[in-house]
Amino acid sequence: MIVTEGLTKRFGKRVVLDGLSARIATGRITALLGPNGAGKTTFLKVLLGLARPEAGRIAIAGELLDGSPEYRANIGYMPQIVHFPGHLRGRDLLSMVQTLRGTTVKPDLSLAEAFGLTEELARPLGVLSGGTRQKINAVLAFAFTPALLILDEPTAGLDPLACRVLKDRILAERARGTTVVISSHVLAELEELADDVLFLADGKAAWSGAVSELTQKTGEHNLERAVARLLGGGMPYLAVA
Amino acid sequence: MTTTLRLLLLVVRESLRGRWLIGLALLLAALGELLLRFSGGGPTTLVSLLDVVLILTPLIGLVVGTMQVHHAREVTELLLAQPIARGRLFVALYLGTAIPLAVSVVVGLLAPFAWHGLLFGADGMQLLGLAGAAALLALITTAMAFVIALRADDRVRALGIALGIWLVTAVLWDGIILLTAMLLADRPIEVPLLIMLALNPLDIARVLLLLGSDAAALLGYTGAIVQRALGGAAGQVALVGLLTLWILVPWTLASRTFRRKDF
Amino acid sequence: MLLTTLLLALQAPLVVTPGGVYPTIAAAVAAAPDGGTVRVTRGVWREPTIRLERPIRLLGEPGAVLDGEGARELVVILAPDVTVEGLTFRNTGNSYHEDRAALHADEVVGCVIVRNRFEDTFFAIYLSRTTSCIVRENVVIGHPTTESATGNAVHSWGSRELRIEGNRLEGHRDGVYLEFTRHATVIDNHSTKNLRYGLHFMYSDSSSYTGNEFRGNGSGVAVMYSHDVQMVNNRFLDNRGATAYGLLLKEIADVHLTGNEFGNNTTGLLADGAERVQVRDNRFTRNGWAIRLLASTSDGVFANNTFSGNSFDVAVNSRTVGAEFAGNFWDSYRGWDLDHDGTGDVPHHPVRLFGTLVERAPAALTLQRSLFVRALDAAERVLPVLTPRQVVDNAPRMTRDAGRMP
Repeated sequence: MIVTEGLTKRFGKRVVLDGLSARIATGRITALLGPNGAGKTTFLKVLLGLARPEAGRIAIAGELLDGSPEYRANIGYMPQIVHFPGHLRGRDLLSMVQTLRGTTVKPDLSLAEAFGLTEELARPLGVLSGGTRQKINAVLAFAFTPALLILDEPTAGLDPLACRVLKDRILAERARGTTVVISSHVLAELEELADDVLFLADGKAAWSGAVSELTQKTGEHNLERAVARLLGGGMPYLAVA
Repeated sequence: MTTTLRLLLLVVRESLRGRWLIGLALLLAALGELLLRFSGGGPTTLVSLLDVVLILTPLIGLVVGTMQVHHAREVTELLLAQPIARGRLFVALYLGTAIPLAVSVVVGLLAPFAWHGLLFGADGMQLLGLAGAAALLALITTAMAFVIALRADDRVRALGIALGIWLVTAVLWDGIILLTAMLLADRPIEVPLLIMLALNPLDIARVLLLLGSDAAALLGYTGAIVQRALGGAAGQVALVGLLTLWILVPWTLASRTFRRKDF
Repeated sequence: MLLTTLLLALQAPLVVTPGGVYPTIAAAVAAAPDGGTVRVTRGVWREPTIRLERPIRLLGEPGAVLDGEGARELVVILAPDVTVEGLTFRNTGNSYHEDRAALHADEVVGCVIVRNRFEDTFFAIYLSRTTSCIVRENVVIGHPTTESATGNAVHSWGSRELRIEGNRLEGHRDGVYLEFTRHATVIDNHSTKNLRYGLHFMYSDSSSYTGNEFRGNGSGVAVMYSHDVQMVNNRFLDNRGATAYGLLLKEIADVHLTGNEFGNNTTGLLADGAERVQVRDNRFTRNGWAIRLLASTSDGVFANNTFSGNSFDVAVNSRTVGAEFAGNFWDSYRGWDLDHDGTGDVPHHPVRLFGTLVERAPAALTLQRSLFVRALDAAERVLPVLTPRQVVDNAPRMTRDAGRMP
């Protein structure tokens, strides 16, 4: 269980998280939804300690985060599209992370195999396509059997086949008991994955709860429509999705 | 500690893999070789080398340092998402960037002289002094570059600030000092002058190198206070101390920024 | 008469030994005939001041030491043709009432002071109103702390035809001090680590010094209030400090400086009130200022000298300069010699803009070799109008090594 209370984060004058309180259940897949600028990425970065909130508390598995870094050993993180220096190879990133985690357990490369890019791990990122680099990022997040997966827009830039592979893997992780948080503004992507929904708007949790509850409440079986209905259809950005 | 060390090795390896440090060393070596060929060694070469150290090294430290920080930004984020304390990561990032840079500057500077067997010649001590000052300046300016790059997320802006700081420290500040000295020529200005010099690490390094060179003959003329403050071994030790302090100032600033920064 | 003197001189020397015929130097000196030799054997001799009142030769064997016990002069020469040789003079103590010297010669002719050693003496050799004396190959070493705690190594007042040659003079106020001394010749001495000057001329005309080395003194040489002085092939080295210079010329006239070397001095040559100075074939290397000319200098000629590695080649403190420069080599010269006549095609102005700024605010010296000052220099090259014009060499020599000009 991840519990946050009153998380507040400003960038200059702009309030990105505005007293955000939320719960993310263990062993389930939580879809982090919301329009661009709602604070999804910031929320995830705050969970990871990459961004420092001005106020609020976070507890993961009952442990209050106090600035010590150890808890991150249990987290696999896939950031939004990143551009590592071109001379680095996927292998380098893997060994880097392994070194820092101080583990001698070999990284789990089954996802790389599933993507069919075992060879690409040995090539510099600079010569690889954007999609392939994104797959390598995914491999990195899953490689060290994390208890918590934080995936920020993981499907962006992936072809449908790779999306399928990734989704299967996410489901497999849940079966293993891993907690997964996925952010996306493309709701369809999460249709078949999400157990719970945490909907952010203007830096607050606008709605949170189980998908089943959502569909029950709204009578909609489509996640997208359910959310739209929930919010009274007054949110134009959902029309885009 | 072992984590920091592992990290440091990692960053150093990354710095070296970038290959531009090797290019930088080769460039400086080529420059030194040219100097040697055209001025035939001796005092003229040393004076030119002094220019390289005082002008080029800070420029390299500031520009390359700023670029390295930005270049490593995404890797830094990846590292930050690992179970690593930020303080350690900063130490590793800074040392891993600054030390290889300083080493490549020193190696580049000394290589042609070593090649021609001049390193242990008459000017050997002065050469080593130059190399030492270059290393310190590289460490200082890289720390400054960290402050700049961590505070200015935009690459172009950061580079602009870095160049601006170089322009001020390498050129304009001395112009201001000269102007002050001219305007207050009739008053005792040694103390404010010393303070103004101390505020610019490039000036400290320059005065330090002056003390070790032929030009030191002149410093005797600058009046009792300058002579007493800077002359002699104690003065030189104090100047080296000041330079070291000049590593710590931007280091502390950069470290604070890094520990509080949102990535 | 001549024969008797000769015979006496050939007599066996009187030997001073403890428990011997002459147990004290004074006893031997008293017994010695004119022209006789007193030989002092090895040992430390503590006696009242020895007065040499007849022409004798006082000779020290190796290890013969005269000790003043910090309280007195050791030997006073009061007769003509006295020779003092091979002795070690030690420990006269300081005196603030008298010019106490280890060896004192007063109004004598033809004294010879040779191969002696002086250790921790106040004045070492003091010559007043002597004529035709020779001071040769002595070693004088002191360990003074302040200028007032020491006298001069060789001091001459009102002497004529004095010759000072091949001595090593160290750690006194002045290495050599000449006052009202005419026709002095100072040759091949090494004068080092003296607190004031290596060599000091006051009111001493018609003298010359040649082949000496002045290194690391408070200042190298000061020639003051004197006429007709020749300075040839000397070396002025390592004189550093706010008021330190290799050579100071003050209120002098008709001085020739030829073939000297000025190196590593804060100021190489400082001329203040110098008339008709001829400076030729000298080398100025790695000085702060090679030459500083103060306004009172007139009719100077600086020809065929070599300037290299100096921070400033020439500095002046006035708009007009009473000196002519021609045919010098300047390492800062940037002109060409397209007609291959050995001299540059455009005149050289050795006074830098930064140099004149420094004259006004010496503290600006700390900005040496900064990029800003380089930019000033570069600006001077692009805009020659910035360069001070007081000093000009119309025929700058292109090569470092050149033969003497006729």
